[in-house]
This record gives sequence, C-alpha cells and structure tokens, in this order.
Amino acid sequence: MTHTEIILTVISLVVLIIAGFYAVMKKDLIHAVIATSVISLVLSLVFYLLQAPDVALTEAAIGIALSTIIFIITVRNTKRFEDK
Amino acid sequence: MQILNYIGYFLVSIGAAFLFLGGLGILRMPDLYTRLQAGTKASTLGAMSTILGIGFMQPEWMVKTIIIVIFIAIANPLSSHALARGSHKAHQLPYLKDENVGDAYEEEIENLQKNQKEEDK
Amino acid sequence: MDLFFIIIISVISLGAIFAVIRFIKGPTASDRVMALDTLSVMLIAVMVVLGFIMKRYIYIDVSLVYAVLGFIGVITIARYLEGGI
Repeated sequence: MTHTEIILTVISLVVLIIAGFYAVMKKDLIHAVIATSVISLVLSLVFYLLQAPDVALTEAAIGIALSTIIFIITVRNTKRFEDK
Repeated sequence: MQILNYIGYFLVSIGAAFLFLGGLGILRMPDLYTRLQAGTKASTLGAMSTILGIGFMQPEWMVKTIIIVIFIAIANPLSSHALARGSHKAHQLPYLKDENVGDAYEEEIENLQKNQKEEDK
Repeated sequence: MDLFFIIIISVISLGAIFAVIRFIKGPTASDRVMALDTLSVMLIAVMVVLGFIMKRYIYIDVSLVYAVLGFIGVITIARYLEGGI
C-alpha cells in the first residue's frame, strides 16, 4: 500500500468510530438508522482499500439498501423514540 | 493519444473542484433547502465530470463509466426531490429573513384541496 | 502514484470531511440524510479514481453498484419522514 491509501484508511476508521458511537448513544432511532447507513458506506470503502472488491460489493448491496429498509419498517411498526 | 489524456486531466480537475465546493456549501448554508441545493447539484456535476474524465484517460473503460454517469444523472436528482418533498410535508420551514414572505407551495396545496372539495360537492 | 491524483483525492476527501461534520452537527433528520447522500456520491468518485490508480478494471463494479442502489435508502427514509411509507 502507498502512503495515500494508508492515510485514507486511517481517516475512514476514525469516521467509523465516530458514527458507531453516534448510533449507540442517540435516543432518536431514525438518527441511529442513518448512522448505521453511514457505517456501511465507509466500511465498504475500507474493504475497497484493503483490495477486497467482492466483499465491498456485497457490503454495498446489503448494507445500503436492504438493512436500511428493514430497520425503517421496524421503527415504523414500533416507536420512534427510545425510553430514557 | 495525448489529447485525450489532456481532456481527462481537465475534466477530473473540474470535477474535484465542484465536489469540494459541494462539501463547503453543505457546511456553510443556513437552512435545509439551500443546503440541498448546494449539496446535490454541485456534487452531481462533480461526480459526473470526474468519472467521465477517468473514462477519457483510459478509453477501454469508456462504456462502463458512461453507464455510471447515466445512473448518477437519474438517481441523484430523484433522491433530492423526494427528500425536499418529504421534509416540507414534515413541516420543516425554510429560513426567512423577512417575515412577510409567504410559503407559496403551502398555499398551492391548500388551493388544490379547496378545489377538490368543491368538485366533490 | 502521481502527484496529480494525490491532490485530487485530498481535495475530494476534504469535501467528504465537511459532509461528515454536517452529519454530526445537523439539527434534524433531513440534514443527516442529505449528508449521507452527498457522502455516497463523493465516495463513488473516489472509488473510480482509486480503481484507475490501481489499474484494475473489476474495481469499477463496486461504484456501479453504488450508483444503481444508493438512492433506495434515501427514498425510504424520505417516505418515512413524509408520513406514508
């Protein structure tokens, strides 16, 4: 790997940690679903930089479309705000 | 084929500049609708120009890059329109300096509903 | 790697960092969804440029899948905010 790819990987991992912390701590569940979608997006870039394009393809297809729809339907059928 | 290479460098530079300006606009604008305007349109042009420039640099990849450009041109304005419509229906108001300026889209919806009721009678 | 592509990737990454800051700050859910949308378009461009640097034709497929499927999640969240999914 060249230096540019290493720096990009480190920035992506920092964004992953921030978004994961956000998804756990938020009380509004829609914000948590959006944070999960951001995690899937950045994780796909990390797989791409580590030269595994097949894993990145699967992560893209499942993470950004399927799991978001399932989470949104679940939030609609239960309630939006988590209890304190 | 040096001329195709130069066209590619030019398009990639333009695209990167527009993507940066889209990110800057998303950070600095005052309310949701202006942010949507800055973020979606500038980033659509930036991504299309960058990908087309890569296609000019490597002419064997031209078909697949043109397919990606077509899909971005279809999908990105679609999601922007759906997001603006949804957040207006969720009663998120734009930022107004002058209180006298009304919301024309809201009045249009009310007029449509009124006309619908009169037709039903 | 060429100096030109290092500058290109740095500029696009700076824009993506601005979008991430808006994602952290954004007051409502719509701002966050918009930051997600812009971030996905920027990552498509970065992936194509990286695929050109690595000289692998198969790497373009990932960004093709993103361009086809990326808007479905945004439309689903927008329909939920509107009130009728």
